[in-house]
Amino acid sequence: MTVMEQRDAYRPAPPPAWQLRTDPAPLLPDAEPYRVLGTEAAREADQELLLRLHGELVRGRRYNTQATALTKQGRLAVYPSSTGQEACEIAAALALRERDWLFPSYRDTLAAVARGLDPVAALTLLRGDWHTGYDPREHRIAPLSTPLATQLPHAVGLAHAARLKGDDVVALAMVGDGGTSEGDFHEALNFAAVWQAPVVFLVQNNGFAISVPLAKQTAAPSLAHKAVGYGMPGRLVDGNDAVAVHEVLSEAVRRAREGGGPTLIEAVTYRMEAHTNADDATRYRHDAEVEAWRDHDPILLVERELDARGLLDEDRRRAVREDAEAMAADLRERMNQDPALDPMDLFTQVYAEQTSQLREQAAQLRAELEAENDAEGGAGRDGAAR
Amino acid sequence: MTTVAVKPATMGQALGRALRDAMADDPAVHVLGEDVGTLGGVFRVTDGLAKEFGDDRCTDTPLAEAGILGTAVGMAMYGLRPVVEMQFDAFAYPAFEQLISHVSRMRNRTRGGMPMPITIRVPYGGGIGGVEHHSDSSEAYYMATPGLHVVTPATVADAYGLLRASIASDDPVVFLEPKRLYWSKADWNPDAPQSVEPIGKAVVRRAGRSATLLTYGPSVPVCLEAAEAARAEGWDLEVVDLRSLVPFDDETVTASVRRTGRAVVVHESGGFGGPGGEIAARVTERCFHHLEAPVLRVAGFDIPYPPPMLERHHLPGVDRILDAVARLQWEAES
Repeated sequence: MTVMEQRDAYRPAPPPAWQLRTDPAPLLPDAEPYRVLGTEAAREADQELLLRLHGELVRGRRYNTQATALTKQGRLAVYPSSTGQEACEIAAALALRERDWLFPSYRDTLAAVARGLDPVAALTLLRGDWHTGYDPREHRIAPLSTPLATQLPHAVGLAHAARLKGDDVVALAMVGDGGTSEGDFHEALNFAAVWQAPVVFLVQNNGFAISVPLAKQTAAPSLAHKAVGYGMPGRLVDGNDAVAVHEVLSEAVRRAREGGGPTLIEAVTYRMEAHTNADDATRYRHDAEVEAWRDHDPILLVERELDARGLLDEDRRRAVREDAEAMAADLRERMNQDPALDPMDLFTQVYAEQTSQLREQAAQLRAELEAENDAEGGAGRDGAAR
Repeated sequence: MTTVAVKPATMGQALGRALRDAMADDPAVHVLGEDVGTLGGVFRVTDGLAKEFGDDRCTDTPLAEAGILGTAVGMAMYGLRPVVEMQFDAFAYPAFEQLISHVSRMRNRTRGGMPMPITIRVPYGGGIGGVEHHSDSSEAYYMATPGLHVVTPATVADAYGLLRASIASDDPVVFLEPKRLYWSKADWNPDAPQSVEPIGKAVVRRAGRSATLLTYGPSVPVCLEAAEAARAEGWDLEVVDLRSLVPFDDETVTASVRRTGRAVVVHESGGFGGPGGEIAARVTERCFHHLEAPVLRVAGFDIPYPPPMLERHHLPGVDRILDAVARLQWEAES
């Protein structure tokens, strides 16, 4: 047999048949945000969960109003309020187990508080006496991230590391609609999908990136649709419906924990306050738009269901209100005390071991503080020098 | 009695050996980057690691530098000790935000609660005929960022010792690997115990009495060559290899310049806003009364890195170094 007679000899192999690597259909989000409250499905909602969510939402709203008040009193340098978005914040905290990790943005202090963090520790960054007011490893809450979306790859890396170690840990990463335009959002979702990392991305689409509306941010059908491009499921949920957000988040966390990989969730909500106390929202939106959302308030939605079940009598309302007021009073009292500052802290923990250059600079500051103390008869402006 | 086999090894091989030994010693050490797995890296530094330790320890990542460093941050948060490879100096720029906003300051912002023991390996510098975006000297950007260590070896032995020390460090280290020294060879025994020196110590590579050449990385061999050539002019030059730009070893540098009374800083990086300005200022502040002449700089020109057919005019060479030495006001001595 000659070479030419051999089967397939000198015949170019056909290119491999091309096919989709993943069926996109199961990854697609619903056409409308998933809702439970106000629908037939609400009747099925667990009573204990409803009562828990209600109490947490009322506390969360009170936390937001108290923190906003503290900025007006000069006790906080700035506060990006999550008023109107409490359902997302509370559901994020409740969806996680103790060993899981939360990766909040600067607007998500409420999620950290709902997870059990002391509000004073959560607000340290915004008071300005230090950057992170808590030990992230103790609480499994990453430092509040100010640069947008940069915390998302951290969540992916942590979840990946936990999986490599065989630990049963899920990371939940929070970001806003504006953050989805950042490169780190893209890279985080891509790494998460390639590695099948146990991570859940929660996008709170609150309508605005400071002043810029979503239409100027993206041309995607929805932010949840972006998931399909990465090969992960996208879920669209009503972000003011605490039961729905809790259900969708819990499902995604369970899926991640069981090895099913990451999920992108877009929670449609609305930022009722300006971006921060330093912002003027009247320059870019009408009051009528804000008012229209008041009828879809996350607390109102839960209360309607509780009312329908006859679970919201005056005693219950009072108990919930008093609980929230006690939290606010404690926060107010503690935030009204000046934090203890030690300027020499500036040089600690820049490196594990201080460099000779930093030792010299620390000595310079110490001498300045001592001179200041002497001039003021021993009472230094920022407390005693070490 | 057994004799230890000492044979020529390249800097690239020493770096690879350092990674291998670090991974064998500590299961928390993970290598990740572009092409570091099956291929062994474009410079083959990670050759064999994926095979020996598996894909989970030496991972080919998606092609995205911010994602590589950003996920390394999360891995470090969970207690791992990532070593990331940036394929080329100029390809590291997408990771800048992660480096500057998170890696460098995570320890400080968490009061030590979350240290970042990450080593970022960056092949840097020119002289290998690389086309655009393959030859940058980006050390000044890193030096200007508090919280980072910036380390660069110039010898085969240091490549091993400094990389081991960098991986062992509880702080982030930008480990700059001089590309044109990857193939430099020295007698080096990979099987003998290797010293792991703490980072932050400069070393006198050549003792001399006339003037000090302060340099690092790819410019060290050039300065040693210049020092040999200078003998014909009657100059006995000392060459200090800084090895670490952060922390900066003021002690060794100051002692040398006080001894010789003259100093020239030599590096490939541009002069304006480059490391040489900081080094010259530090030397002047500490050695003013010992100096016979102003501290001079021999640096790359303040231009975008040139195309390969013109790069030899840009890089500091022996003649340019000797010209600077000649300008150190020798006439004042007579």
